[in-house]
Amino acid sequence: MSETDITTRIDPKLLEILVCPLTKATLEYDAAKQELISRPAKLAYPIRDGIPIMLPEEARQLEE
Amino acid sequence: MSSQETDARLSDQTLVFDRALGRSRLKRALAEGYPDFLLQRAAGDLEERLGTVLREFKVAADLGTPLPLAQPVIAAKAGNALRMAEAEGGGADLVGDLEALPFAAESLDLAVSLLALQGVNDLPGALVQIKRALRPDGLFMGCLLGGRTLQELRQALLEAESETTGGVSPRVAPFADLRDLGSLLQRAGFALPVVDSEAVTVRYRDAFGLFRDLKAMGWSNTLTARRKAPLRRETLLRAAALYAERFADPDGRLPATFEFVWVSGWAPHESQQKPLRPGSAKARLADALGVREIGAGEKPGDKG
Repeated sequence: MSETDITTRIDPKLLEILVCPLTKATLEYDAAKQELISRPAKLAYPIRDGIPIMLPEEARQLEE
Repeated sequence: MSSQETDARLSDQTLVFDRALGRSRLKRALAEGYPDFLLQRAAGDLEERLGTVLREFKVAADLGTPLPLAQPVIAAKAGNALRMAEAEGGGADLVGDLEALPFAAESLDLAVSLLALQGVNDLPGALVQIKRALRPDGLFMGCLLGGRTLQELRQALLEAESETTGGVSPRVAPFADLRDLGSLLQRAGFALPVVDSEAVTVRYRDAFGLFRDLKAMGWSNTLTARRKAPLRRETLLRAAALYAERFADPDGRLPATFEFVWVSGWAPHESQQKPLRPGSAKARLADALGVREIGAGEKPGDKG
């Protein structure tokens, strides 16, 4: 998949207003992995078919 | 998330609803065809209520309405209308939890939520988070099920279970009390809070039609205090019979009450009307009433 495909898949306006549901911290967007990363919560929220899944139970635990 | 963190987050409150179970029920219900009659009604009411608000909004979000029926309504009032679903498969811009909203502070101008907030464990917390996500002068309008919801079923089940098993267990969820909601909105920091309610009656041929609809909406029992054993068939049959005996309309059809409680409030802003500061009055109350003013140190009976 090319870079442009990935970047057009998620609405940048939506990314701007999303925060970590647990810590309310700003998120980092990992376009390659299609994840939204919350450093304070050490969680990576998945983006499936362009839809961010902002549920801690669905998030991937980040290594220390 | 580690289990300790989960425990720490949850330990300070008694949980009424098993949210993860609720979410998986909702996901299955959406996949199998969620009945839309209650939401159609609520979305129609929302359109009417928002129609009286003479304002355009920039960013609006639907928070957790089970089907995408509120979104077209808010899209008509806002430049950008987002939809947060509570489970995947509901057609949404994002999936999130009403108890842990993923929106930045002051990022929304309008937030709506239809028939979802009755299912949260921490309603005050959810309202605080909605208020936090709103920009000053942003509007929240929500509809949730109130305490009169399923009152007929509640009574029929209670009696049936006590007759057939000699005991009762919680089968129908508790709903928010209308009287509490106004103060909850106020405590969450909303200005100009308004709460009102309307009983919506749906009529069924028999109780099983109602059972089927409740199941199809994912509203089967998700109470944490529920008995792990499902309702016995005998109990269900008895409840259906009691329902018909007690509540049938003259034509034999069975009414089921759904209480729609509407709540709304604004994120505070300078431009809104507010009470005047004490002592700032420009006219005396005594003059308005046409009586003699009694001073603070004076007893009412004293002759001046």
